[in-house]
Amino acid sequence: MIYEEISSGSRTRRTLSGAARVLLELRIDGPLVVGLSLIAAYGLVVLYSASGQSTPTVLRTVARLLVGAVAMLLLARVNPNFLRRSTPWLYAGGCLLLVIVAAIGHSGMGAQRWLDLGLFRFQPSELMKLAVPMMCAWYLHERPLPPNWLALGGMSLLILLPVALVALQPDLGTAALIAIAGALVIVLAGMRVRVMLALLALAGLAAWFGWSFMHDYQRRRVLTFLNPQTDPLGAGYHIIQSQIAIGSGGVFGKGWMNGSQAQLEFLPERSTDFIFAVIGEEFGLIGLLLLLLLYVFVVGRAVYLATQTQDTFARLLAGSIALTLFVYVFINAGMVTGLLPVVGVPLPLVSYGGSSVVTLLAGFGILMALYSRRKLVGS
Amino acid sequence: MPAVRIKDHWREQRLFDQRALVCAAIMGLATAGLIVRLSVLQVARHDYYSELSQGNRVRNEPIPAARGLILDRHGEVIAGNQPAYQLELVPEEVPDLDATLASLVQLGLLRAEDVGEIVRTIDSSRTFDSVPIRLRMSDEDVARFAVHRFEFPGLDIKTRQTRWYPNGDLAVHALGYVGAISEQDLKHIDRAAYAGTSLIGKLGVESAYERQLHGTNGFREVLVNAQGRSVERQGPFVQNLRTRAPTAGADLLLSIDLRVQRVAETALAGHRGAVVALDPNNGDVLALVSLPGFDPTMFGRGITAPEYNALAGDIDRPLFNRALRGTYPPGSTVKPVIALAGLTYHVVDPEAHRFCAGSFHLPGSSFIYREYHNEHHGAVDLDDAIARSCDVYFYGLANEIGVDRISTFMAPFGFGAVTGVDIGGEKAGILPSREWKEKTFARAAERVWFPGETVSFGIGQGYLTVTPIELAHYASVLATRGRIWKPRLVTAYRDPRSGELHHIEPVSEGEVPGVSADDWRRVVHGMIGVTQRGTAAAIGAHAPYTFAGKTGTAQVFTVARTEKYNASEVNERLRDHSWFIAFAPADAPRIALAVLEENGGAGASAAAPIARKVLDAYLLDADGKVKPQS
Repeated sequence: MIYEEISSGSRTRRTLSGAARVLLELRIDGPLVVGLSLIAAYGLVVLYSASGQSTPTVLRTVARLLVGAVAMLLLARVNPNFLRRSTPWLYAGGCLLLVIVAAIGHSGMGAQRWLDLGLFRFQPSELMKLAVPMMCAWYLHERPLPPNWLALGGMSLLILLPVALVALQPDLGTAALIAIAGALVIVLAGMRVRVMLALLALAGLAAWFGWSFMHDYQRRRVLTFLNPQTDPLGAGYHIIQSQIAIGSGGVFGKGWMNGSQAQLEFLPERSTDFIFAVIGEEFGLIGLLLLLLLYVFVVGRAVYLATQTQDTFARLLAGSIALTLFVYVFINAGMVTGLLPVVGVPLPLVSYGGSSVVTLLAGFGILMALYSRRKLVGS
Repeated sequence: MPAVRIKDHWREQRLFDQRALVCAAIMGLATAGLIVRLSVLQVARHDYYSELSQGNRVRNEPIPAARGLILDRHGEVIAGNQPAYQLELVPEEVPDLDATLASLVQLGLLRAEDVGEIVRTIDSSRTFDSVPIRLRMSDEDVARFAVHRFEFPGLDIKTRQTRWYPNGDLAVHALGYVGAISEQDLKHIDRAAYAGTSLIGKLGVESAYERQLHGTNGFREVLVNAQGRSVERQGPFVQNLRTRAPTAGADLLLSIDLRVQRVAETALAGHRGAVVALDPNNGDVLALVSLPGFDPTMFGRGITAPEYNALAGDIDRPLFNRALRGTYPPGSTVKPVIALAGLTYHVVDPEAHRFCAGSFHLPGSSFIYREYHNEHHGAVDLDDAIARSCDVYFYGLANEIGVDRISTFMAPFGFGAVTGVDIGGEKAGILPSREWKEKTFARAAERVWFPGETVSFGIGQGYLTVTPIELAHYASVLATRGRIWKPRLVTAYRDPRSGELHHIEPVSEGEVPGVSADDWRRVVHGMIGVTQRGTAAAIGAHAPYTFAGKTGTAQVFTVARTEKYNASEVNERLRDHSWFIAFAPADAPRIALAVLEENGGAGASAAAPIARKVLDAYLLDADGKVKPQS
């Protein structure tokens, strides 16, 4: 058994405490779980205030966290080889579901994103957040790195197909995140810098081209990002109010449940996409720095774990999962503070709602599975 | 066959580590960028955003100040405040709006035809705002609603202060009224000071003393959420909400004596006309009547279009303030001042008799000036000429004094100028002169003063016009033998903070220059004669005080000089206006007045009896004895 390989191969591991043995048995990384738990706990405290002291909201989030934790624990025990072998099926299934959603999907929030499964509504695009980097890693696993042009072209297709399907829903935020998760795999695979620059130029061109295909509300968001004051009660309202919330919080904040912007409903979507502003208002700069510190710790730890894995599939996938968390945090914080346009990206583990918590924890489950089953080359 | 690249695991591991390091560096930079951004928002611009956040959550709700009361000289309330009831509805608390409105119609609390408009108003309001759906409810309406209140969740009776005039239309032309703030008003008021008030003083005292009556609004800072709904919450940001209590407007004490005002209005009731009574010793307006009047409360509660059109279209012009703005020829009431001019300029010997055969003509002219009613007074001296109002005497006298001297002499008595009474809207009469004629007329032929016009001037006809308040002011100057006081309605105000009464000093405008005491005595004697043996002898009979007066008849309709004027044959509205001026007691006057009855005919028969009633009301006690001077 692989576990026996580890325990027999490392002298130090024979002296592990009982608790660590449990973690080891669960294939769980202690520091990562502590970091994630702290963020989730912080998030619950903030959510209670941001939701207007709604206990049901907090309880529903706890339930989602538990579902995510179970998914994480289960996935952490999955054999990476099995994971790798099933990747094409997962990817193909996800794409099929996206097509089905596009065809008969349940209409919600003005966009077709959900598949009603009776008990809960399933969002195939969430699945793709993991399936796309997995597919990219799978594709590169047997190929020599850095990838050649042919491999790049193949992966571009693998990424763009689901991205296009999600973007058509239309859910620009998730589409961008899926594309980023895939792109991170390519970057980590060692794509040459000049190729990256060329692609960036191409992306600029695509952005210009994409502008002509954007929905009005999407264009407005971009325009409002460029100058929020032009439409203070319309699309710019979100950004202005969130900046007021953060700015008025100052260094120490107005105190828990005392943020007037949040409590008096001036801040829109305060328990979901704009919860970062609630933290800024009620806990001030200190509260935000603490949150960023936790995220940086988790991402740093995850990246470290990624570097410790030993096959291409594991490295690329683990690295992508780790970096994606940071990208989420940065996009959300950037949007709320007015650095980036308003795209619907939740603050991971803190924002209320959606299946993104489950996806995120599942991703970390995979990451831990990849790490814990590494072959100890060179021991 | 191209060379097959072999996977080099060590190299790939190094490449990955390298890339991971670069990514970590980029993440570090991005995090640093975020922190810089946060510092800008939360440290550098914290004050700016704090202020915005404060402005977001706090709304000022005005607390309207109670309008000052208006009291008569004895402290009786002329204008006060009273709660008015209105039915208000909070849309979000009403389960079924249509059914609710339908049952209100059934109860008779709403009119079916208003429902559409009410629904529109509700639709355009925020669901948590209280929307007035029925204004000015009677006590009966309120009671009817109260019985059924339990059937109407979300509906409530609200009270607001409205202006209340306990005496109805009494003295309305002196008081004015309060009405909705108009576009015109908005130009010259501070909008912030009128937040929470929809009414403002219009005309009269209500308008002239608006600043004092209005008071200072208070405010209450209310915590509101993003929809503007006020919220009750505990927390540190609730503590610094401020409240300022309103300061009520100042109460005004008027010079008006409501008892005298009532008597005057009753006496004139049914006629068009005006009565202005002054205290000659300080200019206090004791009564200011202009009839017909109107009910001032209907403007405060919101006048309807038909109501307003009825008022504005009334042939008797109830909205027209005759006392201040009606200009009429004064007729024979000017004779005392013409006589004074003659005496002062030594043109006339008061003892000398002139012969009145009923007509007068200028030397070298065939034009005949007739005596009123074609009377023949025979030989009359100055005293007689005033008492019996001999036109022929004054035709000649005026001609001898000349227009220039008459104009100059009459000006200090207030002719041709507003009296400056402390309420607005006064109009000036015309004191004609050569200069006036030259300025006024366009055609050269009309700009010349004709000697015949001086003759008419002598009996108060022609270009000379006065308002009733001007004529009362003139009577009061005669009463004090030349002392001029500016008429005023407000004598004191009560400071709303300290409760102290501040008296306003009467304003003296000097004296009529150059008239000797002897001449005053002669003219006053003639005016006493009017009420004892002259034109108004019937009116003066049995008065427990002596009083001086003068009748006047102002022509409305020019009768051909050769024809006789017969009042009963002339259309009622073309009949002469009837004037009477008087002051009493004659030797130490306490009241001076002018009475005008439009189309009343001769002064002695219409205006003089009204004047007597007013004098009695002011001077006599309940037993009919002259009250001692207070």
